[in-house]
Amino acid sequence: MQTFDYVAAQTVDEAVSLLASKGDQARVLAGGTDLIVQLREGRRQLETVVDVKKIPEANVLSYDAQNGLHLGAAVACHRIYNDPVISKTYPGLMDAFTLIGGIQIQGRASVGGNLCNSSPAADSTPTLIAHRTMCVIAGPNGQRVVPVEQFCTAPGRNVLENGEFLLSLRVPAPPNNFGAHYLRFIPRNEMDIAVVGVGSSLMLGDDKSTVTDARIALGAVAPTPLVAVEAAAALVGKPISDDTIAAAASAAASIARPIDDMRGTVQQRIHLTGVLTRRTLQGALSRARGES
Amino acid sequence: MATRIHVQTTLNGEAAEFLCDSRQSLLEVLRDDLGFTGTKEGCSNGNCGACSLQIDGVLVDSCLVLAAEVDGKSVNTIEGLASPAQLHPLQQKFLEHAALQCGICTPGFIMAAKALLEKNPKPTEHEVRYWLAGNLCRCTGYDKIVRAVLDAAESMEASA
Ligand SMILES: Cc1cc2nc3c(=O)[nH]c(=O)nc-3n(C[C@H](O)[C@H](O)[C@H](O)COP(=O)(O)OP(=O)(O)OC[C@H]3O[C@@H](n4cnc5c(N)ncnc54)[C@H](O)[C@@H]3O)c2cc1C
Ligand code: FES
Ligand code: FES
Repeated sequence: MQTFDYVAAQTVDEAVSLLASKGDQARVLAGGTDLIVQLREGRRQLETVVDVKKIPEANVLSYDAQNGLHLGAAVACHRIYNDPVISKTYPGLMDAFTLIGGIQIQGRASVGGNLCNSSPAADSTPTLIAHRTMCVIAGPNGQRVVPVEQFCTAPGRNVLENGEFLLSLRVPAPPNNFGAHYLRFIPRNEMDIAVVGVGSSLMLGDDKSTVTDARIALGAVAPTPLVAVEAAAALVGKPISDDTIAAAASAAASIARPIDDMRGTVQQRIHLTGVLTRRTLQGALSRARGES
Repeated sequence: MATRIHVQTTLNGEAAEFLCDSRQSLLEVLRDDLGFTGTKEGCSNGNCGACSLQIDGVLVDSCLVLAAEVDGKSVNTIEGLASPAQLHPLQQKFLEHAALQCGICTPGFIMAAKALLEKNPKPTEHEVRYWLAGNLCRCTGYDKIVRAVLDAAESMEASA
């Protein structure tokens, strides 16, 4: 591997001033499961690597019914799903956090790193979108908040400006009758990159049938994760049924604009978008009804 | 020029310190500088699990950890498993079940299995296979490895 300076920043200000002074010659290190691979393969040349794992705000992991989940950007997946309260409260997030890589990768990989790497196929992004997550960004001018669906701008690119880094994620507490589900399609059972990934959430009225809110996000079918707005609109205000779910699935498939590559063809990905939208809505529904 | 980094850590329960370059992985420092060659290198990109070890009890691939990151942490490798008197039950069962051929993957599988049994002393076969998905073996076909882990779990339960 190339030589670079390794700095374990202790505070937000230290990280921000290093990142600001080094520009694109510096990058943040969280779990390193993307970054160290990229450095070793020579896909990135850096002068400085800024480890943010010692910054307290990037390491918080807390939940309460008022404020929801406060997830430090550097917290590794295993810490999240091994927290009994958080894993029970957010099964739709755990769907994704438990399938990033294998156990060894989950021992290091952070959700913040998954988002900041900004791969269109990142597993956690669609379900973060389905949960209406907000990104707390620290930078030279203090903090700003960006909805997660606006975070990625192109493959490998995002809204972070010079000197900024992702500090934490805020996920609202699940309201009553809320359910969410994430599924991806891969050719193997584990340890692979999503051909398509879909995260869906539903909120039901007191009758546990009328959809009062819905959110569907698609991964790996466009340069950035997509929010399927019309698919969600096909559900809201109506009693949920196989027909409304089918309408949402075809609306979701109609906005997919995937590429052909070794993992799948355009046609297959569009088809899978519909299938996974339907299945994740069914999964979200049974969670919203407390059936699973 | 990056300067050498001084790292203080606990290695298999004993205090250890070393100097490293920022670009060196933990795997490299263990094998090339400290002589701990039990941890193996397969792919060096996080796919094969041959370099598995525990940092503060958490199972990771050491090829994807910078050596500088383990300052103040506790590292456990395959070398720390057996006592002078006897092999660890996982090592014993891997031998009994012939769960290795070339052996390159074995330390990684054993470290991964050790982390599993610490968390879940009575795993099902499905849980063992799922947990070990980050470890690759080109020789055994996995079945003997899974049997060895299940058998080790049973014998550890019995003697606990
Ligand atoms: C074997 C293997 C299997 C994998 N399987 C999957 C999978 O199934 N699904 C999946 O989605 N991904 C997978 N990945 C990719 C990777 O593990 C994930 O993207 C992971 O979540 C990255 O997190 P990290 O903490 O390791 O990030 P790092 O590697 O530390 O960082 C990733 C990128 O984000 C930047 N970054 C990190 N944190 C911040 C921050 N707080 N602020 C600003 N920038 C930041 C870094 O500079 C870097 O560019 C896999 C990787 C490997 C090696
Ligand atoms: S050498 Fe580390 S995972 Fe293969
Ligand atoms: S015994 Fe040869 S790779 Fe597993």
